[in-house]
Amino acid sequence: MEWFDSWGLTLIVFLPLAGALLLGLVPGDKEDILKRGALLVTLAAFGLSLVLIWLFEFGGGTYNTYQFEVNESWIGAINANYHLGVDGISLPLLVLSTFVMVLAVIYSWNHWEEPYNPKAFLILMLILATGMNGTFVALDLVLFFIFFEIVLLPMYFMIGVWGDRTPRKIPGFAKEIETRLYASIKFFLFTLFGSAFMLLGFLALYFKSGEFGERTFDIVQLTELGAMGSFTGTFAFLVFGAMFLGFAVKVPMWPFHTWLPDAHTAAPTVGSVLLAAILLKLGSYAFIRISIPILPEEAANWAPAIAILAVIGIIYGSLACLAQTDMKRLIAFSSVGHMGFVMLGIATLTDIGINAAIIGMVAHGLITGLLFFLAGSMSHRYHTREMDRLGGNMKLMPVMGGILAFTAMASLGLPGLAGFWGEFMALVGSYNPLDGLPLGVFRTSMVLGAIGTVLTAGYMLYMLQKVNLGEPKAEWDGHEFHDVDRWEMTAWVPLIILIVVIGVYPKIIFESTTDTVVSLIDTVFGSDVTASISSGG
Amino acid sequence: MNFEIDYLALAPELVIVATLLAVFTLDLLLPRPKKYWTATVAVAGTALAAMPLIILAVEGGTRSMFDGSFVVDEFALVLKGLFIVAAYLVLLLSHHYIESERFYQGEYYFLLLVSVLGSMMMASARDLIILFIALELTTGPLYLLAGWRKGDVKSNEASLKYFILGVLSTAILLWGMSLLYGLTGEITFSGIAAATSGMAGEPAVVVAVLFVIVGFAFKIAAAPFHFWAPDTYEGAPTPVTAYLSVNSKAAGFVAMLLVMYLALPDLSGIWAPALWLLAALSMTLGNLSAIRQSNIVRLLAYSSVAQAGFMLVPFAAAAVAGSDLEEGFSATVIYLVIYAVMNLGAFACVIAAANRTGTGEIDGWAGLGRLDARLGLLIGIFFFSLAGIPPLAGWFAKFAMFRSVILAGGTATVVLAIIAAVNVVIAFYYYSRVIKAVWLDDPPEPASDHVAVPPSVSLRLALLISAGLTVAIGFYPTIATFVADASRVIAQAAGG
Repeated sequence: MEWFDSWGLTLIVFLPLAGALLLGLVPGDKEDILKRGALLVTLAAFGLSLVLIWLFEFGGGTYNTYQFEVNESWIGAINANYHLGVDGISLPLLVLSTFVMVLAVIYSWNHWEEPYNPKAFLILMLILATGMNGTFVALDLVLFFIFFEIVLLPMYFMIGVWGDRTPRKIPGFAKEIETRLYASIKFFLFTLFGSAFMLLGFLALYFKSGEFGERTFDIVQLTELGAMGSFTGTFAFLVFGAMFLGFAVKVPMWPFHTWLPDAHTAAPTVGSVLLAAILLKLGSYAFIRISIPILPEEAANWAPAIAILAVIGIIYGSLACLAQTDMKRLIAFSSVGHMGFVMLGIATLTDIGINAAIIGMVAHGLITGLLFFLAGSMSHRYHTREMDRLGGNMKLMPVMGGILAFTAMASLGLPGLAGFWGEFMALVGSYNPLDGLPLGVFRTSMVLGAIGTVLTAGYMLYMLQKVNLGEPKAEWDGHEFHDVDRWEMTAWVPLIILIVVIGVYPKIIFESTTDTVVSLIDTVFGSDVTASISSGG
Repeated sequence: MNFEIDYLALAPELVIVATLLAVFTLDLLLPRPKKYWTATVAVAGTALAAMPLIILAVEGGTRSMFDGSFVVDEFALVLKGLFIVAAYLVLLLSHHYIESERFYQGEYYFLLLVSVLGSMMMASARDLIILFIALELTTGPLYLLAGWRKGDVKSNEASLKYFILGVLSTAILLWGMSLLYGLTGEITFSGIAAATSGMAGEPAVVVAVLFVIVGFAFKIAAAPFHFWAPDTYEGAPTPVTAYLSVNSKAAGFVAMLLVMYLALPDLSGIWAPALWLLAALSMTLGNLSAIRQSNIVRLLAYSSVAQAGFMLVPFAAAAVAGSDLEEGFSATVIYLVIYAVMNLGAFACVIAAANRTGTGEIDGWAGLGRLDARLGLLIGIFFFSLAGIPPLAGWFAKFAMFRSVILAGGTATVVLAIIAAVNVVIAFYYYSRVIKAVWLDDPPEPASDHVAVPPSVSLRLALLISAGLTVAIGFYPTIATFVADASRVIAQAAGG
């Protein structure tokens, strides 16, 4: 498998893009060929990522060593390289990305939203896959930036073309405009605003690195410089701030979250699933991969602020959920809360907290992805997402209702299901954050976060009660509802299985992440700090 | 005095001269139905002019004539290459457009080639007189070409506005130049540079430099001297607009940068703040005005004002910070090259879409992507590229810009960087309006009764070339960075 060492990651990243180009050549009315082609390509990428797990050497390696590395010159003039690699932190996320993509293609088999056009939709999905997979393995800041931005285009079109067509009154605009138009441009502008500043931050790092040798965008080299304490003072503060803007918009953290409810609600089902399951992870992953290792001192300075924003996100997201009448919008706001836990975990700068963040990301990807699938399928049948009009779903569609109940339980963090570990460990981590961080802030965060878990349970049960329980409303009398079909089953069962498996045996994630995370904390914050904490991981 | 002529160094220009004379003669001889041959000759001649360029590039080295007034180095070659490629694309755009509308074909190609000749000379000009002749040669024919749609009042307005403001700016520029000559007694850039090095405080020098800047600002349509641009762009025939917004703007840019960089390097205390202001105003005013446009050509006009602002940013930033001008200069040139490719592509799309829908109003393009997916895809490529979205070429232009600004350092440049960053977002908003109309809006019901004209072969070729370059540079920007290397040659000239 020599070739796989050097070509594996490139294939996983660019196979979908090549598939997109090939699909472009197939006439639009050959729907079967298009769908099978897309499925084949995503399955191949997923298969390759399984090979990656198979060949991956778990444990041992110190942080900042990567496997399956490729490092070729790309833009010689600015010393930007085509540098890919994977380690214990990015592996689960990469696999998650290729895995969810397969399910998204399967689900879309017979779920097309207006104005149809499966060809264009599948092509966009494949381009999206390239952007997402690439972001998780890029080890060069310019390359990272490109992949980070590539995902914008397909998602913009997914929301804008296939999105929700209900007209909406937007404050400040005289005319009512369709939700999809508003949401798509809002999504794009927010992210673009953040990433313009992120780019400025990257460039500042690049030039600063010139003081210690050749200027570089290489994450590995910058991490080494960061661990040696090269980036400090006002410079580091500003750079961290600039990158924070870019990443925080993507996560999204309160108060940069306002694009999220609109984008999620307006997006077509598959778009919402991919947004929730993978796109949101790009931001939090970037914090772990770029911000913390390269600017450790500033990470410690900013950590309390991040923790506070994260907790505000948790509480605010939960309260906002309780005020929703639209089922999909409720799930969208729940993401703000869940990503709050992820960011709280990261802010502790401990191995427990960052492990919590990664398993939280994976779990959120699986659970919220499934919730959006369900919300999409239900609105496909009821033609409404208003919870006041739904109700008695258990009686009308028992299987769908059962899955919804299961997923809602997973989402509220029921022990034994995947969602539990991220929340629980983030709270444990914030009881005992990295030495030197203000204990008061983090312990208060822990208490407020714990209240947040209660609120989470509150709104999830509120949704279940509204949608699943009670008697069906009179308007549905005489309607025949088709319960879960086989495509939906095929897409959902793997998610359900994984939610249970990770819930009872989280080691399958930690096996990959723990050593790398411990070593990360070791390398950048010194080993004496972590010795006291790591026993709990 | 050394009057030996290096014919190989002049060959690209000589080929263009031969071509334009051939076009002129053919036009006299050919009967009316056969006039399209003039276009063929023009296209072939322009392509032929690239041959000596390649030979010169392979041979390498710097060739200098007329006591250093006319220099052919790598920098000049790269820019001449750019002007030829851009001219070639514009000729492809013109072919069908000019033929189908029954315009005077022979004269059209003759005048266009004269302008191309001027822009190519510009890249080699190293004294004020050659520079001025080249500049006038570039813009003079365009006063006529802007009014080529004789029956259309808007085209007359375009021509007249462009003429009056163009002549005004020429006068201002010339006055500034004559002051420089009077103060220094030199016309070569190196001579002026040597003579002005200690003159920074003199009021006459300040006046001279500012007049030169204002004159150039008109030519490149930088705010607040951009008011002629939208009206002229809208009224002129679309291929001429494409030429105005790319070749003639690029020629103006090259002239301005050469004068600032080679002739007035020690006076950057005077012109640097002025360029900073021009850059900030052009980006902001251009973008804010573009938001309100409903006509695609007017939108592109304001967008080209804003893009001129982005192009000025690296050079202005480097000058204001007093850091190495070389980096700023090469970033500006990279931006110019990428802008030329994607903007010509955008205009090719405008022509194709106008043929398809019969309108240049953005709303009239509603649902175009669903009617004609290929054209929709191309519109997506060029407009997202103009907005600077990876992985299309525009991202690297913006990237090079931000890179050189951060490199320059200092408070004033950081402020400029932040203004630019905000403007990137504003620019995306209006570029995305075009995308929105084409892809997100539903096609009109009932369908418009316009009979779609399929794109001609030459238009397809132009679209193919520019789209290919836009995507290729986006994925592998090294294609564009040789421009940066080439422009470092001129830095050595300035230093030595």
